[in-house]
Amino acid sequence: MDLRFTPEETAFRAEVRAFLRSEIPAGIRRKVSEGRKLEREDIVASQRILNAKGWAVPHWPVEWGGQDWSAIQRYIFTEELQQAAVPLPLQFNCYMVGPVIAAFGSEAQKRRFLAPTANLDIWWCQGFSEPGAGSDLASLKTRAVRDGDSYVVNGQKTWTTLGQYADWIFCLVRTDPEAKKQAGISFLLIDMKTPGITVRPIVTLEGHHEVNEVFFDDVRVPAENLVGTENKGWDYAKFLLANERSGIARIGMTKERIARIKRLARELPSGAGTMWDDIGFRTRLAQLEIELKALEITQMRVIAAQMKAGSDRPDPASSILKIKGSELQQTSTELLLELAGPYGAVGAGRVTGPESAAFGWADAAAALYFNNRKVSIYGGSNEIQHNVIAKAILGL
Amino acid sequence: MMDFDLTSEQGQLKDSIGRYLAGRYSGLEAREAMRRRPEGRDPALWQGLAELGLLGMPFAEEDGGYGGGPVETMIAMEAIGRSLALEPFLATGVLGAAALRFGASAAQKARLIPEIAAGDLCLSVALTEPGARHDLGHVATRAEETPAGPVLSGRKDLIVWGESADAIVVPARLDTGGVGLFLVDPRGAGAQLSGYAAQDGSRLADLVLDRAPAERLDPVEGSAEDADGLTVIERIAEAGIAALAAEAVGAMEELHRLTVDYLKTRRQFGVPIGSFQALQHKAVDMLLMVEQARSMACYGAMMVEADDPAERRAALSAVKVQINRSARFVGQTAVQLHGGIGMTMEYIGAHYFKRLTVIETQLGDTAFHLARVADAGGLIAAE
Ligand SMILES: Cc1cc2nc3c(=O)[nH]c(=O)nc-3n(C[C@H](O)[C@H](O)[C@H](O)COP(=O)(O)OP(=O)(O)OC[C@H]3O[C@@H](n4cnc5c(N)ncnc54)[C@H](O)[C@@H]3O)c2cc1C
Repeated sequence: MDLRFTPEETAFRAEVRAFLRSEIPAGIRRKVSEGRKLEREDIVASQRILNAKGWAVPHWPVEWGGQDWSAIQRYIFTEELQQAAVPLPLQFNCYMVGPVIAAFGSEAQKRRFLAPTANLDIWWCQGFSEPGAGSDLASLKTRAVRDGDSYVVNGQKTWTTLGQYADWIFCLVRTDPEAKKQAGISFLLIDMKTPGITVRPIVTLEGHHEVNEVFFDDVRVPAENLVGTENKGWDYAKFLLANERSGIARIGMTKERIARIKRLARELPSGAGTMWDDIGFRTRLAQLEIELKALEITQMRVIAAQMKAGSDRPDPASSILKIKGSELQQTSTELLLELAGPYGAVGAGRVTGPESAAFGWADAAAALYFNNRKVSIYGGSNEIQHNVIAKAILGL
Repeated sequence: MMDFDLTSEQGQLKDSIGRYLAGRYSGLEAREAMRRRPEGRDPALWQGLAELGLLGMPFAEEDGGYGGGPVETMIAMEAIGRSLALEPFLATGVLGAAALRFGASAAQKARLIPEIAAGDLCLSVALTEPGARHDLGHVATRAEETPAGPVLSGRKDLIVWGESADAIVVPARLDTGGVGLFLVDPRGAGAQLSGYAAQDGSRLADLVLDRAPAERLDPVEGSAEDADGLTVIERIAEAGIAALAAEAVGAMEELHRLTVDYLKTRRQFGVPIGSFQALQHKAVDMLLMVEQARSMACYGAMMVEADDPAERRAALSAVKVQINRSARFVGQTAVQLHGGIGMTMEYIGAHYFKRLTVIETQLGDTAFHLARVADAGGLIAAE
């Protein structure tokens, strides 16, 4: 048993760290660190820098731009991205549709989509959830009816994150309404510029336009945009959701936030000293750090077990990472909000006067706190993860 | 390179000790029979552990041991936790062993270690005094030099398996103001040992010393002056925390297994109670706590040998916080999910809960260690 990294792994970490901190613009990284809203251009610029280095999609097959990295190198890389507060490569492109196309798509689809997906020349959004189909995703109703060499799509998707920026949407649609619910679903790629698509913004509780409703009204989609086999879409969706879940612990991100909280606490006046002198606050922070350390090692244990099993597939233990990781992300935003004290009440951009230097970040802290409630809801809610573990691990 | 595998020797150790203890502690009745014996345990089993090589394991080969390290201790303690064994291994093989490793001279080691390895000598360490709570630096017991050698006077309490010890390591205040470690015969002149039952079925003891003759543990040959006993005490406590963490993980895993089994077999409303989602989610929360605890037990085994004392100390405190919190949650939830049967002395699960609760109190409780991590500025650097 040895939890230390090898000299090669440590050198790899140093290389990644140096690159990220020198090449990704500091202004973008500051926004990420403070939890401020990123513009489309920020995300594109950052991903293109990574892609030029070959690092936007390291986990993809090598022939489609991936790197031949070990699971540990991938882990180190992701942790460094998060700790350097680099915007993560767009999840919908790099962790969702890209791997699905690489694994199940046709040669033509791979050639057409993979390179621009890695470079964020195409911005994808995820059209899975519907008003009536959330946790019970397989009950989705959006219909696709084959008509000659196209499908005609009618229905509605919702919670579509950053759909307002998207060029394309990957959708789960019902192609066989007679079959058992999982068996009648297909995976369709749809150009957002197709006539009949309407996008309506939804403002999430922190006040940002982050998600959307997407309506489909007789939208004609070329049949060549079907991924894999008709009515096999649920298999591809499960593959995708498992990938989504395993990336969701975001331990590096929480570490970065804790480091920032410490820096802020040392500067913030409180009573005769600073917030850092407040033993109650520091104790709550210590509690978070301890659980995070435990989760970090739990994650390494999951990776080690996967490597040993010679499998790239996330195992049910990744549900543990999702539950605990999301809880700790949320706790870190609670502590940040607590640090803002009474200024946590202040709305966006409104901290002014003599306190503005010290508390200019406070409005963003509140926004981050509100927004982070989502992490225990999406990617399979934490209750659903409990169900998964109860069944798959405990046999209940 | 993150490797959680055991070597083949470690795998064998795990199998052999697991099998040995599972055979002897085959259920609550077997354990109760041992608990009712004079010292609260069956000394024949100690010989068995010696034959398995466990008692020489904590010592270096050049000192007459078998050269085991923190991972071997983890394996042993986890098996002890899993079987809820009433064996003074923590006292002798962890606390006592650390006292010798970090605090004894080569001559003392050469004399004592072979006897321990053979199962002929049990040790314990008198880490606390009345009023000290969790402060191991609170040492009021005094050492006095006499022409015949040092004598100690004072009171120690809560000595783990004190009645089973042939010699007890006793920290005492020196004339210089520093602290030294001494070996005391608890049945010798000037020593009065009184044992009593702990909540978990193990035995504790108090020791009253009145000019009791003692032998100074002497790390640097010939220079008894100012070898800092407090540093050694700290190492002993750290070794103890790493070991308790592993014991707790063994106990928690077994208690969780018992609980999940019970959910599958106990029926109410015509169905197994494990079909109720409220209980499933509790069982999953227990698993999360067990896994987090196991991760921190691994971390403890890794950090207990770290060179930097500040880093080591913060790490082991973090380990104890997670272990304590997991132990409490897993223990309480197990009782709850069992309903009434979980409340009875007749049910083995209840005894796991009691052992876990006692572990929480040993070598520093949650509040104590959490404050230490906070005082150290946490685990993550601000830059
Ligand atoms: C900010 C945000 C962004 C999102 N982005 C996208 C996106 O880009 N694309 C997309 O397709 N989707 C997206 N989602 C949708 C997300 O996947 C769903 O919100 C999620 O699957 C939960 O579905 P729901 O909201 O309908 O809640 P429901 O399924 O109605 O759940 C309501 C409550 O009931 C609980 N519950 C449901 N079923 C069970 C059960 N069997 N056992 C126990 N408890 C249960 C849930 O845990 C939850 O607490 C996003 C969601 C959010 C909040």
